[in-house]
Amino acid sequence: MQIDWFPLWLSLRVAAVSTVLSFCIGLALAYILANRNFRGKEILDAAVALPLVLPPTVLGYYLLVAFGRESILGRFHEAVFGSPLVFTAEAAVVAAIFHSAPLLIKSARAALESVDHTYEQAGRTLGASEFRVFFEVSLPLAWRSILAATALAFARALGDFGVTIMIAGNIPHRTQTVAVAIYDAVEAGNGQTARVLVLVISAVTLLILTAANRLGSGFLPARQGVR
Amino acid sequence: MIQARLRRHFPAGPDSAAFSLDVEFSAANGITALFGPSGSGKTLTLDCIAGLVRPGEGRIPLDDQILFDAQTRVNIPPRQRRCGYVFQNYALFPHMTLRRNLAFAAEMWPRLERHRKIAEMLEKFRLTDLAGRKPHELSGGQRQRCSIARALIGGPKILLLDEPAAGLDLPLRAELYEILRQVRVEFGIPMLLVTHSMDECFELADEMLILRDGRVVQGGPPAKVCDRPANIDVARLLGIYNILPVEIRTLDPSRNTSVLRYGDFDIGGEYYPGRLRGDRIHIAVAPQQLRAVPKEGKLAPHQMPAQLLRVIESPQAARLEFAGDLHVEMPRGDYERNKHYKEWAIEFPARSLRVL
Repeated sequence: MQIDWFPLWLSLRVAAVSTVLSFCIGLALAYILANRNFRGKEILDAAVALPLVLPPTVLGYYLLVAFGRESILGRFHEAVFGSPLVFTAEAAVVAAIFHSAPLLIKSARAALESVDHTYEQAGRTLGASEFRVFFEVSLPLAWRSILAATALAFARALGDFGVTIMIAGNIPHRTQTVAVAIYDAVEAGNGQTARVLVLVISAVTLLILTAANRLGSGFLPARQGVR
Repeated sequence: MIQARLRRHFPAGPDSAAFSLDVEFSAANGITALFGPSGSGKTLTLDCIAGLVRPGEGRIPLDDQILFDAQTRVNIPPRQRRCGYVFQNYALFPHMTLRRNLAFAAEMWPRLERHRKIAEMLEKFRLTDLAGRKPHELSGGQRQRCSIARALIGGPKILLLDEPAAGLDLPLRAELYEILRQVRVEFGIPMLLVTHSMDECFELADEMLILRDGRVVQGGPPAKVCDRPANIDVARLLGIYNILPVEIRTLDPSRNTSVLRYGDFDIGGEYYPGRLRGDRIHIAVAPQQLRAVPKEGKLAPHQMPAQLLRVIESPQAARLEFAGDLHVEMPRGDYERNKHYKEWAIEFPARSLRVL
């Protein structure tokens, strides 16, 4: 029996691209949440956590409204790239970002906040700008935890089903990711394909989680050097 | 030269009592010690000067620059204040080698100048051979030296040191004092040294400020402060434990003498200008300046019988505690010769009595 590997490759590609984007957005938001005080900080914090608790269909519905062909963002995308965003592989990336970034933001914020602030204060008194303090002091000291969080976000992006099916759909060889393909195979009574995909995705995820654990439980450089 | 007037109130938190800082002082080039018990606002004062904590009110002029002024809303950010800060736990960046730690702080110099400065500092603080190591591979003394070198490399206008001797053993402490004396001469900037060791003040400081509950209670050269504690609290902080409530019985300016009634014993003192007969005052006297002698036969009039409660011995000295909360310290050898005596008498040398 011939197994179609396209969904697995698509999932890995979507997860990779969305993790890179999540990392950039997530780090910026985590920095703001960890270091700045402003009105509405609690609301932003709650909003960031929302995708973790909302049903994926609800999140998918919001995204459909926000990025649909009638929406401002949807029309903007169509004007720039010449094709609608929804029901494409890019839409799957958007879905994966919203599904996985909150986890990354939460963990990265905690990691940045756990860095001993004396180091950052020392950096400032030594004449370093906030930019240098962040990239040369805070980030390297929180690096392992942030990397572990990124691995988790990748694993989570790999496994999204609900949001993806709402805004990217289930178009074979175009938007069908692994999670969707498994559902499809089961529905179609294609037990063998489902079993193989389930085992492969489980193995890949297990590998990533193991790596994340090793990163996270390793020594924390932030704790060193202080007696 | 730095002048600082700082005021800030911290309301009580869930795990902290309310605290208000209200200090005003100036410090010239040389070492000024901030001396006081824990929680008296010493570190907070340094943090305000470095710009890490914002005072509610006040003004901080340093040389010809104003670092902070609440009235005109000047608040220079820490990175532009040029305050070298040696943190209590050194705060060396654990992920960088010593050389990188220094380079981080030398960024403002042009490239060639920077390398020259780093090499010079490594050499001066005897760190050249260790430049490639990370902080956790170093001993406490080496970290300390690196931390001071890092604080100085940017050419600061003031050096803030937060209990630099904490956690160092005696030889390392002596080495640190030597370094600080050297820095004092070579850099010629004000150095504020937070400490709660009186010995350290005497050993290093040109001036000292005594802080208590967020206020400066006394300032001046250490010897002078020790000679004339401003009040009972200061005397206790300085380790002058003998504080005697007395009543002035007689005053004789022509012979420069007085008689002070302490309990049912008369102590001979000096003439104290501005005091009147019948005044109830406190006198303080350091344990080292009281004399205890074994009681043999009849006592002289200036000897007060005292009951010895216990003796605490240290390598050099023996401290005798008598009933009535009187402490006498004497060389250990003197005590060893007389340790078989049960009954003792105390003498109060007139010149060592300080009126509070």
